[in-house]
Amino acid sequence: MTTATQLPEEVLALSARRSYIELNARARATQLLDPGTFRELLGPFDRIESPWLPMQGIVPQSDDGCVVAKGTIDGKPALAIALEGKFQGGSIGEVCGMKMAAALALARQDCECGISTGAVLSLESGGVRLQEANIGELVIAEIYAELIALRQHVPVIVVVAGMTGCFGGMSLAAGLASYVVMTRQARLSMNGPEVIEQEAGIEELDARDRPLIWNICGGAQRYATGLADMLVEDDAAEIAQAVRTLFKKGRPAILRSDPQELYVERLKQLDPAQPWTAEQIRESWKERAR
Amino acid sequence: MEKLTFDYPASGEKPKRAHVGVVGSGDLEILLEPSVDERAHVTIQTSVTGFADTWKAVLDRFFAGYKEAASFDIRDCGATPGTVAMRLQQAIEVSRS
Repeated sequence: MTTATQLPEEVLALSARRSYIELNARARATQLLDPGTFRELLGPFDRIESPWLPMQGIVPQSDDGCVVAKGTIDGKPALAIALEGKFQGGSIGEVCGMKMAAALALARQDCECGISTGAVLSLESGGVRLQEANIGELVIAEIYAELIALRQHVPVIVVVAGMTGCFGGMSLAAGLASYVVMTRQARLSMNGPEVIEQEAGIEELDARDRPLIWNICGGAQRYATGLADMLVEDDAAEIAQAVRTLFKKGRPAILRSDPQELYVERLKQLDPAQPWTAEQIRESWKERAR
Repeated sequence: MEKLTFDYPASGEKPKRAHVGVVGSGDLEILLEPSVDERAHVTIQTSVTGFADTWKAVLDRFFAGYKEAASFDIRDCGATPGTVAMRLQQAIEVSRS
C-alpha cells in the first residue's frame, strides 16, 4: 500500500489544487482568460512606468503594478486586468490607473461597435497611491466612469482573492462591478483595518485581531451579507470557472450600486454605541443577499 | 534609492527577452533583453543604498558563467544576494524556454 492511498480524500483534493492567491498579477490575468489567448497591452518591456516614484526615491516597476491583457473567455472577446498587490500595496498611481481606465474604455468602444467585450478585474489594492495622490484620485474617477459605462453593455466582474485585499478606491470599484467573487482569505472594505486603527485608535479597532477583521470585511462575511456574489476556494481553476459562470449569466437585473435607499436605511439602524456582531449583521442583512 | 551600472564582456549569442519577479519587499524585478552591442550591461535601481560592492560580488560570480550579450534591467526592493542570484538564474531559464 502506498502512502497516497492512506490519505483522506480532502487532503488529496487540497494537494491537487493550484493556489490563485500565490499567482502574481500576470499569471492571474493569464489564468482568467482562455488558455493561450493572453495578449498583454503595455507590458513590462514597453516600460510605461511611474515617473513620480523615482522622484521620491522609490523604485518603480516596469508595468506600474498593473497587468492589462486582451484575450477570450469561453471563446468571446474579454479584457483581463490584474493588480500586483506586492508592488506598493497594489496602490493606484497615474500610470497603472490610466492603463485600467483606457483598457476599460477600449472594451466599451468595442461593445458600442457590436463586439461584446466583457471585463474581469483581479483587484489587490490598498487604494490610491499616496505618492501620486491627486493624479491617482483623478484616474480612479476615470476608472469609475468607465466601469459604469461598460457595465451597461456587458458583465464587469471583480475578483478579490487576497492576501492584500481590496481597499480604498478599488473597494468602490468592486462596488460598481456587476459581480464580485471572493475567497475566504480576501478582504473588501473602504478603510483598511490598519488605517482605522491609526486614525481612530486601537480602542476603536485592533488591526491585529484577525478573527474580528475577517468577521467585518472577510470574504465569507461579505458573501453572507450580500456584498459579494460568489464565495470560492483559493483554487485557480475554480476562480476561472466562477468568472465564466458569471459571464454566462449576463448582466444582473439590479446592480449592487442601485438600491441606495436600502444602504441609507441600514446605516440609520446602526447604533455606534452598541456595535453589532458579525452574526447580527448577517442575520439583519441576509434577506437582501443574492 | 541608488542607481548602479555594471558592464561585462560577452562572447555568446544574444538572449531572448525575459521578465521575472516583482518590486515587492525582499524581492526584485528583472527585465532581460538582448544587448545593443557585444557586451553585457546591467542597470540597477535599488531601494537600499550603500551596497555597490555586494552587487558587484553577486554579478561577478554570475557573469563568470554567463557570457551572452544581454542587458539586465534590475529593480530591487531589498532582496538578499541569494534572492538576486536565483532571480538572475530564473531570468536565464525563462529566456531559454
